[in-house]
Amino acid sequence: MRPFAYQRATDVPSAVAAGTGQAMYLGGGTNLVDLMRLGVATPEVLVDVTRVPFDTIEETPGGGLLIGAGVRNSDLAAHPLVLRNYPMLAQAVVAGGSGQIRNMATVAGNLLQRTRCSYFQDITKPCNKRVPGSGCPAREGDHRNLAILGHSEACVATHPSDMAVPLAALGAVVNVESSGGPRAIPMPGFHRLPGDAPERDTLLRPGDLVTAVELPALPFAARSRYRKVRDRASFAFAVVSVAAALDVADGVVRDCRIALGGVAHVPWRAERAEAALRGAPATAEEFARAAEAELAQASPLPRNAFKVPLARNVLVRTLLDLTAREDLTAAGDTGETS
Amino acid sequence: MRGPVRSEDNNGPGFPAPVTADIRLSVNGDEHPVTVDTRETLLDTLREHLGLTGAKKGCDHGQCGACTVLVDGRRAKACLTLTVTVDDREITTVEGLARDGVPHPLQAAFVEQDAFQCGYCTPGQLCSAVGMLAEFAAGWPSSVTLGAVSPGAVAPGVEGRPPLCDDEIRERMSGNLCRCGAYPNIVAAIRQVAP
Amino acid sequence: MTTVAMPNVGSALDRVDALEKVTGRARYAYENFPADLAYAVPVQATIAKGEISAVDVDAVLQLPGVIAAIWHANAPRLAPRNGDPELAVLQSSRVAYRGQYVAVVVAETLESASEAARVLRVRYDADEHDVELRPGHPGLYRPDHVNPYFPTDTEQGDPDAALAAARVVVDATYSTPAEHNNPMEPHATVAVWDAEGLTVYDSTQGASNIRDTLAPLFGLPPGSVRVISPHVGGGFGAKARAHPHVALAALAAKQVGRPVKLAVTRQQMFAVTGYRTPTIQRVRLGADADGRLTAIVHEAIEQSSTVSEFAEQTAVPTRMMYAAPNRRTTHRLVRLDVPTPSWMRAPGEAPGMYALESAMDELAIACRIDPIELRIRNEPDVDPESGRPFSSRNLVACLREGARRFGWAGRDPEPGIRREGGLLVGTGVAASVFPVYRMPSQATARAEPDGGFTVRIAAADIGTGARTVLTQIAADALDAPMDRVRVEIGDSALPPAWVAGGSAGTASWGTAVVRACEALMDVLHGRAGDVPPEGLEASADTTQEVRAQRRFAQHAFGAQFAEVAVDMDTGEARVRRLLGVFAAGRILNPKTARSQLIGGMTMGLSMALLEESVMDQEFGDYLNHDFAQYHIAASADVRDIDAVWIEEDDPGLNPMGSKGIGEIGIVGTAAAIANAVHHATGVRVRDLPIRLDKLVHGVI
Repeated sequence: MRPFAYQRATDVPSAVAAGTGQAMYLGGGTNLVDLMRLGVATPEVLVDVTRVPFDTIEETPGGGLLIGAGVRNSDLAAHPLVLRNYPMLAQAVVAGGSGQIRNMATVAGNLLQRTRCSYFQDITKPCNKRVPGSGCPAREGDHRNLAILGHSEACVATHPSDMAVPLAALGAVVNVESSGGPRAIPMPGFHRLPGDAPERDTLLRPGDLVTAVELPALPFAARSRYRKVRDRASFAFAVVSVAAALDVADGVVRDCRIALGGVAHVPWRAERAEAALRGAPATAEEFARAAEAELAQASPLPRNAFKVPLARNVLVRTLLDLTAREDLTAAGDTGETS
Repeated sequence: MRGPVRSEDNNGPGFPAPVTADIRLSVNGDEHPVTVDTRETLLDTLREHLGLTGAKKGCDHGQCGACTVLVDGRRAKACLTLTVTVDDREITTVEGLARDGVPHPLQAAFVEQDAFQCGYCTPGQLCSAVGMLAEFAAGWPSSVTLGAVSPGAVAPGVEGRPPLCDDEIRERMSGNLCRCGAYPNIVAAIRQVAP
Repeated sequence: MTTVAMPNVGSALDRVDALEKVTGRARYAYENFPADLAYAVPVQATIAKGEISAVDVDAVLQLPGVIAAIWHANAPRLAPRNGDPELAVLQSSRVAYRGQYVAVVVAETLESASEAARVLRVRYDADEHDVELRPGHPGLYRPDHVNPYFPTDTEQGDPDAALAAARVVVDATYSTPAEHNNPMEPHATVAVWDAEGLTVYDSTQGASNIRDTLAPLFGLPPGSVRVISPHVGGGFGAKARAHPHVALAALAAKQVGRPVKLAVTRQQMFAVTGYRTPTIQRVRLGADADGRLTAIVHEAIEQSSTVSEFAEQTAVPTRMMYAAPNRRTTHRLVRLDVPTPSWMRAPGEAPGMYALESAMDELAIACRIDPIELRIRNEPDVDPESGRPFSSRNLVACLREGARRFGWAGRDPEPGIRREGGLLVGTGVAASVFPVYRMPSQATARAEPDGGFTVRIAAADIGTGARTVLTQIAADALDAPMDRVRVEIGDSALPPAWVAGGSAGTASWGTAVVRACEALMDVLHGRAGDVPPEGLEASADTTQEVRAQRRFAQHAFGAQFAEVAVDMDTGEARVRRLLGVFAAGRILNPKTARSQLIGGMTMGLSMALLEESVMDQEFGDYLNHDFAQYHIAASADVRDIDAVWIEEDDPGLNPMGSKGIGEIGIVGTAAAIANAVHHATGVRVRDLPIRLDKLVHGVI
């Protein structure tokens, strides 16, 4: 690990003031310390923001939630309003990492997780995300767990977060503070597709500090679920995941929110599927049609083509579960084998 | 075509000098004044400088759980915790679980149920189990809590407090890998102690 | 030979070192702190083949705290005369695989050493590499023998003609990936030189073996090397021989003139601590309409490195499992620019029995015979190839007992028809086997003046419970209560012993312990029980006894039963139930034995569903080299699992009447699960692991 100076911020202004140059903010450290140990991240200054008092969850006047950037995953998933109003978010959080990781990891850190692509994590190999212009070996090499949607010649990485998937579905807004003042960046859109600049995961600029994530009021999200498909039964990143909220009345889909994880450089908001579903009968056939509409854009690589039918099936199954079960206000049946 | 990767691609110019800090570290109720390199993890401070080798290094990347300790009562990975960040926290390691020389009930249950073989993951399993039982008692959900796992099981919803079934224990302990395969005995030991 | 009557042996006793392990007091190799120690961190090659042209040592020597940077141009010379060429660390500029050690940095702190290793510039002249094991590889050859000393090929009768004439033929190719042992404790060595010679605290399965390897390497007599290893955090074969880091630590300590600690990182372990070779296995079975085998052909190909040959005995279990008049087994190896494979739990049996027992399941379906009945019909009377009688063979009893406990009766063999909600459910069975070995060892037994006893042997407890079981054995042999007997192991200064390997630890060490205790009892009887102030000691060396034993075909057997559920939408396969029934002689401690058998089955489950080391063809390394990418089973993967055994009295084995149980648990598990997956889904997965991408298309 490269030597670095350590500073501890106690409020947002002092954090932003310290976060200049080659500084990085340290939250739970579950990803950043790992990357520093691997030599992938080499900050000159580490600004510890875990004492900044942005670790609360408050109801907003509009009926949404304002979640502080420093809220730990464990606290987020256990919060009664999250469990009641956004069950897919609680399900996604508890599906990620392990108990220890969830006790450490923060909301902001979750959004800013970097890809788990093997090449990105190995500093002895080329990677356009780590060393721009060095190349992408994953395209010809191992990419079983990598993107099928929205990737580029330069990068086929996926975003690893579970939490970000329901946040993208919900259209959460990321509040950011910087020396230039505050701004709000809505999801999806906070994360960016790789294009020819895969080194940039998000719209954040150097020195930007995420301070909170705001969830809009979305009453029908009380009927929502997150389904994570993974190789190991627990403590594994998603191969594919789906976050979905469905508003059905009289057998017709009035509204919906859908996002996919494990398929793209961003938590992938399934806008085409949503558009296909709005106003359509809540039937298996229509769900399948919507899934096809979304995945028609997929451009899988040779060794991850299985993700296309997998994502389709999981999306359809999740929507069917949401319509079939009346007792799913707070809990999803993740199936015996999940 | 791709160029070779050079070490400087991953490193800025020059080699900066280590940065140290003088802190006090509270471990198992004892205050330890220590000078730490900012790069030092809590795991390495415990093991290399304080002689507390109970917490184990199995992967050093947060992927195995052998280094699990309690930080202010919550289970955490000592290998991903920079020591300099926890000078105001209370750390508990496996060496601090016993009280007045009497093993913690979980330690006794692990012995009785043969919940380990090589013993290397065991300190992490024990600290994790202590933290996990507290989390469960506090009503924190898991993937199992939030999803009916077995046919016929009732999804408990927000209000219900489910029992600590074996599936709950397995899910909540899955951050602690055991290559010897002591899992069923670990589950039995925790079940024996759980309220 | 008669089995000694033993009150402690056979009892389900707690581990004698249990309290040390649950309190964190048990000290593992890296947890030793000799005065003035320095930290060593190795640097690994970033090419798969070629030459090191330069190492920029001077740059890192300017880093604060760095003591030395050692590579072949400035390293002390070793004398790896007839030894393992892998141990010739930093002795040449040649790079034979990516990840091979090319340098080591020594510094005052772990942080400084790690950083210096990271920034050390190494220049190479790289050559084209070949890291792909594939059928028809032009480099395939016939090794002289396979591990440890089996004939490479065997043939009886005319298998080709028999296959051509058979009513039913199964002809299938199975593949298994490279797998890494991944004990939870990474390999670590603390090396200390002084006037007496070299002392190493090492994480090893055999202290005597490491001493005998290190001494000639450094030009020392064996008595000048001491290896200390009281607790070992798992090994599964990976710590049964000295891997290069042991030599590297000793070399670095010698160079800097200070004690040195070196831990191999989890990532580094994927290149430098051995692994299970990938295999490609063609199995052909010919049978008559009743399922009686007329021909068995098992042909395996495997890889080794260009540094040394390790030829795994993949097809060897096929030589003795089933009766058939016409049979052939072959092994072919190709030397690639890859890390050197080595032993991993049940080398040969684990991948080989996956193939054979999958093929038997395919034959059962082809013949429309229950898979248990098929195995019973092909049960041999004697070892089919050697003609030797089995000292005991209770495979059929295991199958029948397992069928009863598992609820096998009435199983509908039709695949793909049992649905529970969105799940497809199925069951499978496979046979399990592991040979019985016993190797020469020595031990001493001492009567202490206080009435206690001390038994000494350089055995290793890598989690097996050896320390406990040897205490039980010694207590019974001495006719003393357990708490009066102290067993000292894990130190090469103790009487030399066989490694914890080949499932032969307890048989080898236990024999020596019994004989030493018997000798002591003779002395004691001669003195009417009088123990002088300096104590009394007797010793034993079992070399003659082991060499003289009658040559039976000796194996432990077992039957593995699995129930799986496969998600119809995702292809996720999970094991709901796993039952192993074993016949392994006398079970010396039911508590630790059950743990060990379940542990092996868990590793088998992991092998079946999760484990695969992925070779990066472009760069030549195993790229998923950590626990986030190389999945081993977590607690949530292991649900209803149990191991039981049937009584087996086989007095021809050793004084305890025991067979080894460390490896048999993994054998057959993957086949039972693969067979259950087929029963559930109708999809036959012939290449491990059975991950969802192999099922998602077929199930839907």
